Amino acid sequence: MTQAVVPVTEPLLSCRDLGVRFRAPGGRTARAVDGVNLELRPGEILALAGESGCGKTTLARTLLGLERPTAGEVFFRGRPLGYRGKDLKAYRREAQLVLQDPTGALNPRHTVYEAVAEGLRIHGLHHDERERVADALSRAGLRPAEKFFMAYPHELSGGQRQRVVIAGALVLDPTVIIADEPVASLDASVRGEILALLLRLRDELGLSAVVVTHDLGLAWNIADRIAVMYLGRIVEYGDVDEVLTRPRHPYTRALVSILPDSPVGEPQILTGEPPDATQVPGGCRFHPRCPALRDGSAAAVADDCRRTRLPVLGEPGVACHLRARPA
Amino acid sequence: MTPVLDIDDLRITYHGSRGPIPAVRGVSLTLDPGETLGLAGESGCGKSTLAAAVLRLLPPGTEVTGRILLDGEDVLTMGWGRLRAVRWARASIVFQGAMHSLNPVQRIVRQIAEPIVLHEGVERAAAEDRAVELMAAVGLPAWRAKSYPHELSGGQRQRVMIAMALACSPDLIIADEATTALDVMIQAQVLRLLKSLVAERSIALVMISHDLSVLTDTCERLAVMYAGRLVEYGPAHEVFTTARHPYSEGLAGAFPTVGDTAARRRPRGLPGDPPDPAALPGGCPFHPRCPVALDACATTDVTLLDVRPGWRAACLRVPATKEADV
Repeated sequence: MTQAVVPVTEPLLSCRDLGVRFRAPGGRTARAVDGVNLELRPGEILALAGESGCGKTTLARTLLGLERPTAGEVFFRGRPLGYRGKDLKAYRREAQLVLQDPTGALNPRHTVYEAVAEGLRIHGLHHDERERVADALSRAGLRPAEKFFMAYPHELSGGQRQRVVIAGALVLDPTVIIADEPVASLDASVRGEILALLLRLRDELGLSAVVVTHDLGLAWNIADRIAVMYLGRIVEYGDVDEVLTRPRHPYTRALVSILPDSPVGEPQILTGEPPDATQVPGGCRFHPRCPALRDGSAAAVADDCRRTRLPVLGEPGVACHLRARPA
Repeated sequence: MTPVLDIDDLRITYHGSRGPIPAVRGVSLTLDPGETLGLAGESGCGKSTLAAAVLRLLPPGTEVTGRILLDGEDVLTMGWGRLRAVRWARASIVFQGAMHSLNPVQRIVRQIAEPIVLHEGVERAAAEDRAVELMAAVGLPAWRAKSYPHELSGGQRQRVMIAMALACSPDLIIADEATTALDVMIQAQVLRLLKSLVAERSIALVMISHDLSVLTDTCERLAVMYAGRLVEYGPAHEVFTTARHPYSEGLAGAFPTVGDTAARRRPRGLPGDPPDPAALPGGCPFHPRCPVALDACATTDVTLLDVRPGWRAACLRVPATKEADV
């Protein structure tokens, strides 16, 4: 097994007390990200998991500097991220985004070569362009690279297109890749190869990655650590082996319980709809749907769940009144 | 007992500007009343074409041969009047994007009542009463009856579609990626609902998805399609865990079991891509991607072979693996 060797070092990318608010229709405010502390270590693959609307994509975009936080800060190599054009452009060489839908991410009228070379041209790196493009394509598994230079996206399969998108991210030799549902739009049998590619890039190039996904199986397949989000907050954060086999937060437990052949008992299907970031409940924000509160196992802390706000997780752990109490 | 659905040597060819495209190339299967079948496969394998053919929903000019019997009645030779009567009443389909096909300016209770009024000739008021009962069955509160589709979430709208599919008590429901666009938790809600409703009412279910694990959780039997044919057909859990066709095995491996240490940091998939239906490889169409292909696979067009009664796989290795098992 390829075990990630993650020495305790300075985090590569991190954020502190991060908040992102949006104006929602009707003069309301959506608290998409509402207090997040997170650390990405060098060479680590971190999964950001949760249902749609939990804020995971907004968090990823903010880590990339595509969204400006309304509170808190993003740090890269220990220094706060600047939002001037020049600073962001420099950051863009270090941190690259891989989008969900490769068909939408590629310009249909650009050849593969142009798509991959675009990043180099934006950054004025005209030297050795051909070699760099060929190198990025072959690292993304498109070999021989020259064969793909003149191809247009419609001539490629879905898996090949996603490899082109990944090559476009690799061409600038970034240290971090942020991938938003990197295989969600791909055929099932092709997913494995793309995920294997992300693992290989980590092992061979030491690339770190944040992978945004709703798919816990994907996290199990490639991630070292996982942060589970609910309504703009991280509710559980830790090693994948730990969090997914012995989930402690009732929300994580429910998510894991509905997996086929789940490592935790009976399926616990949460009722109700995914929550609304414009109406964050008081107390623990998960309390209206919490199965532990409903079945009485959290009776001892029920008042806290309804009224007392939880502190923001500062390190791996669980944000839950029930788990905060010594057993 | 007459099967609800009896498909025999179904072949469907689209005729487009690129020439003929054989989407379904000889599929046979039967479904007894109340039976649940999961139909798995990837884009272009012909699974949605097969589903649409059952109610003759294919575009004009599509060539269809073979036989489709619905409750013993031949769908392919039915007159239009009869076909209209059969749709919704005998069999209904829920598509992936079905929630987008609701009429945006009509209250949902009226839309659910519509097929009841049309097919059973009941008064609208009585039909709407039944619609409210159906809403309760799919977990939508009665006060939602007067809502318009835009007031509902995606999961709720998909429940409306399921209520409509149930409205005329059909013998068969075909759910084509009916929960794929939904969030995991909502998907689990809708799947549990669908599973209990078909069991309660002895409705036969064909559920189509690319996700073998979802199908295995919901259906008794599993059929795996590749390049327009069934490549494996058998008891769901066994096909999922001990597939005999390397393609089913690859597809099953694409959805790892969380907690399975063999899958930890070891994503599995298949090399290459699903084939273009217009240019299928010769021999076994899967051989270029097959991790265990034999020389003979490039030239032999394999049909379904018995693994044991009720379980078949279209792979040259089937007899060998069978013996190895004994």
